[in-house]
Amino acid sequence: MATILTEREAQALCNRALRHITADSAQVDVLSRVGANTRFAVNEVSSGGDVTDVVVTLSAQVGRQSASVTLNQRDDRALAEAGRKLEALVQLAPEDPELMSLLEPQTYVSVDAFFERSAELSAVARAEAVGTIIGQAREAGLIAAGFLAHDTTARAVANSAGLFAYHRSTVASLSTTVRTADGTGSGWAGTTHNDWDRIATPAALAARAIQKAEGSAAAMPVEPGKFTVVLEPTAVASLVTRMPAALDARAADEGRSPFARAGGGTTVGEQIADSRVTLRSDPSHPDILEQPFTDEGLALSPTVWVERGILRNLGYDRYWAAQRGRAPLPVGGGLVMEGGSASVDELVSSVERGLLVTRFWYIRPVNPRTLTYTGLTRDGTFLIENGRVTRAVKNLRFNESVLGMLSRVEALGTVERAIASESGGLGPAVVVPPLVIRDFTFTAVSDAV
Amino acid sequence: MGLTRRDFVKHSSAAVASVALTARGAHGLLPAVQQLGVNSLDGQLCMFALDAARSAGAEYADVRVVRTRRQVVRAREARVSGLQDTESAGVGVRVLVDGSWGFASSHLLQRPECVRLAALAVEQARANRVAGGKRVELAPVDAYPDGEWHSPIEIDPFDVALDEKVALLLAANAEALKVGGVRFVNSQIECMYTDTTFGSTAGSLIGQRVYRTYPAMTITALTSDGSEYQSRTSTEVQPMGLGYEHVIAADLEGRAAPWGEQAVQKLTATPVDPGRYDLILHPSNLFLTIHESIGHPTELDRALGYEASYAGTSFLSPPEAMIGTFRYGPEFMNVQADRTQRGALATVGWDDEGVPADSWPIVRDGVFVDYQTTREQAAWIAPLTGNDRSHGCAHAASWNRMPFQRMPNVSLLPGEQHLTIDDLIAATDRGILIEGRGSYSIDQQRYNFQFGGQVFHEIRNGVVVGMLRDVAYEGRTPEFWNSLDMLGGPRTYELGGTLYDGKGQPSTSNAVSHGCPPARFRNVSILNTSRTS
Repeated sequence: MATILTEREAQALCNRALRHITADSAQVDVLSRVGANTRFAVNEVSSGGDVTDVVVTLSAQVGRQSASVTLNQRDDRALAEAGRKLEALVQLAPEDPELMSLLEPQTYVSVDAFFERSAELSAVARAEAVGTIIGQAREAGLIAAGFLAHDTTARAVANSAGLFAYHRSTVASLSTTVRTADGTGSGWAGTTHNDWDRIATPAALAARAIQKAEGSAAAMPVEPGKFTVVLEPTAVASLVTRMPAALDARAADEGRSPFARAGGGTTVGEQIADSRVTLRSDPSHPDILEQPFTDEGLALSPTVWVERGILRNLGYDRYWAAQRGRAPLPVGGGLVMEGGSASVDELVSSVERGLLVTRFWYIRPVNPRTLTYTGLTRDGTFLIENGRVTRAVKNLRFNESVLGMLSRVEALGTVERAIASESGGLGPAVVVPPLVIRDFTFTAVSDAV
Repeated sequence: MGLTRRDFVKHSSAAVASVALTARGAHGLLPAVQQLGVNSLDGQLCMFALDAARSAGAEYADVRVVRTRRQVVRAREARVSGLQDTESAGVGVRVLVDGSWGFASSHLLQRPECVRLAALAVEQARANRVAGGKRVELAPVDAYPDGEWHSPIEIDPFDVALDEKVALLLAANAEALKVGGVRFVNSQIECMYTDTTFGSTAGSLIGQRVYRTYPAMTITALTSDGSEYQSRTSTEVQPMGLGYEHVIAADLEGRAAPWGEQAVQKLTATPVDPGRYDLILHPSNLFLTIHESIGHPTELDRALGYEASYAGTSFLSPPEAMIGTFRYGPEFMNVQADRTQRGALATVGWDDEGVPADSWPIVRDGVFVDYQTTREQAAWIAPLTGNDRSHGCAHAASWNRMPFQRMPNVSLLPGEQHLTIDDLIAATDRGILIEGRGSYSIDQQRYNFQFGGQVFHEIRNGVVVGMLRDVAYEGRTPEFWNSLDMLGGPRTYELGGTLYDGKGQPSTSNAVSHGCPPARFRNVSILNTSRTS
């Protein structure tokens, strides 16, 4: 069985690669990965795959010139060739006035993200898990598709200034879309975690997707417009995960950001969301467990971005931090949104008239200045009347600002680690609550099921 | 003189044949291609891995040894912001055991590793069998024991010195920054090639090298008080399956100033009044609409539910109710799938199952007639199409991905009359001309869409009267295509493309082109994107 590089092996490889870089300032990045997946559709396993890879990136700096070369072979001949190519590249590279010197050794928070049960999932175990979902769908006269994936990775960064960072992790995800045989209903459920023992069971997942598929059949349209919505955690995750990329101080300082203030400056310190909204990152959070350093080895530590609705921080890379005379503040280490104590059902019961949304699809930017996105609901959209789900509705297209939405929060539910990627597979680590949002804007009806 | 659809297709194919011949003649200019094929080390590793798969119990196997190289040079204003050179190599072994697939891959190009991969793939296929389901049956394919193909390039982008690329970008950035109001410029040249040595137990051993190049820039203008910004990207310059000659021909330096002026002009453009307008879509915008609303829904795996959990299904389902029946658009609408088109991104010699590149109609005289297929899928609709062979749409994004159905080049053929975009504008009383790709979003069955653009020109009484902003068009695919009423002629036909079209789990990307003339659509719903939320 193929395995990832241990810390000792990764360090040895980094040191070997560093020796092939002639420049005084050198950095090596190693990503060792063993991954596998099983895919299913139309109630059968449709494909699968195993992959083993080790990617090595060599970087060099000479004065203000820099370059990098990436390869996935690690024998000395290949590394030596990469070193020669790097030397030629770096000499050709023009001077970069923004280039920063190498990082000194750092201290990292401890993150134990490796779980044997996730690393050792076999093809047979995957087929059994998937078989459970297929079996339940068949029994209900429905059609299941979905994906089970797990990755084990080791990441190491080393440089000639003595920095060395190593992190190993596992992550698994299982998601399914169950459809009615006549194609009029579709339901989705998904789960992800670093620890296979902490993801939802295949049986529970199948039951949720089946319930949504059966409940969403024969949906009727509602007139588009502004609705109070109950967004399930995956729907919330797919929108708030747009925030970290927008938290860039330089873009805000340069007037190219939703956090730029007209006339100059940023909106740090201002109320930008409902007072119950707190967004932070924390690589060591037990449901996040992200790599505690950036690609260049800069330590990531717990950071509050939005606290009780007030924008507290923007991210500073090392260059922009130096320009502004402050310490760098990297954006990374997952995303946590604080929540409340209500379940999705309890949130539904608090809504007089609104829509329950399972997840969103094909989310694309419309207006970067307001962080407005468009996209569609999918796989289970329901009308709520007098605190109860009364019927299925056809899917709807939204045009909504993520910031605007976070200013119109009515209620927050219990947080959970949610799948944030539209692909339903392995993606960024996000912990969010389900939310009730008022005046969420839908602009068109879709006939898609 | 009029040009029929048949003439256009015939003409295109003839051009491809002559270019392919030239490319083979220039073989000596591309020494790396010589490492592909029967006698290469990669070819020998393929044959060894195939034997290992047979020994492990595979009833069918194919092996891909893939080596990729990608170089990206990025510049921001007057400095270089990135120089990356990335290589990846590995081997993927796919097996069929008792009618079930298994696939295993590794970066180690070694014989013992191939033995391990073959055993792992067979073990996985047997595990997958346990979950039940129908047996995979592969369509017939001819054997190509010494196949060889490469993109028809003139200048190998990896032979061009880095400082030449840097100089080109910095010169283009400098031109853009000369425009008053332009504050930021990002530009890049992306070059890549993929060497694939493919072997299968059907008797093929094929070496191919596919090149792709993409020069691009984004120019951002800011109001003096910093309250507003607008960007203009170079979307008329498309990624292509060509060499560095495409980067030179793109002339970023010559076009940077006009693009910069348009970025500034966008700051004061008139916000569009939402409502219904006639729409003229330039090929630089229409190509992506074709991709989303014709390319994806005509994928057979989608139509039959194999992508239900991510990419989605298709409104073109079930096939027996659609093939030869569904009216996509007016009678003069013809759409061709084609993996032989010169310079297009999905153009190859053979697909990743050893099926030779094909060209076939998807929509003929406005009626849907065929899907995109692989060897596994061809039999599913053979009784409806009369064709038991694959159209050659299997694609593996790299050595670490199992091949599955991906999009060929899918193109809207030009009209028979020699109309220009000016003729379309002159015939329009109240309309909007859209150039360039913008934000794109479409539902999982490809019905409801909302598409943006780069530049929006207002048309009144047959002339362009000014620039609009915040425009998006939305609609439902069947009604939209049936509102098509004018097409540009053959001379207005252009290729657009995307390097990173996502599909599948694990998500994979595919590069694909779409050709089209400018086209006019009647009475389309227009949104103002700054007033929608």
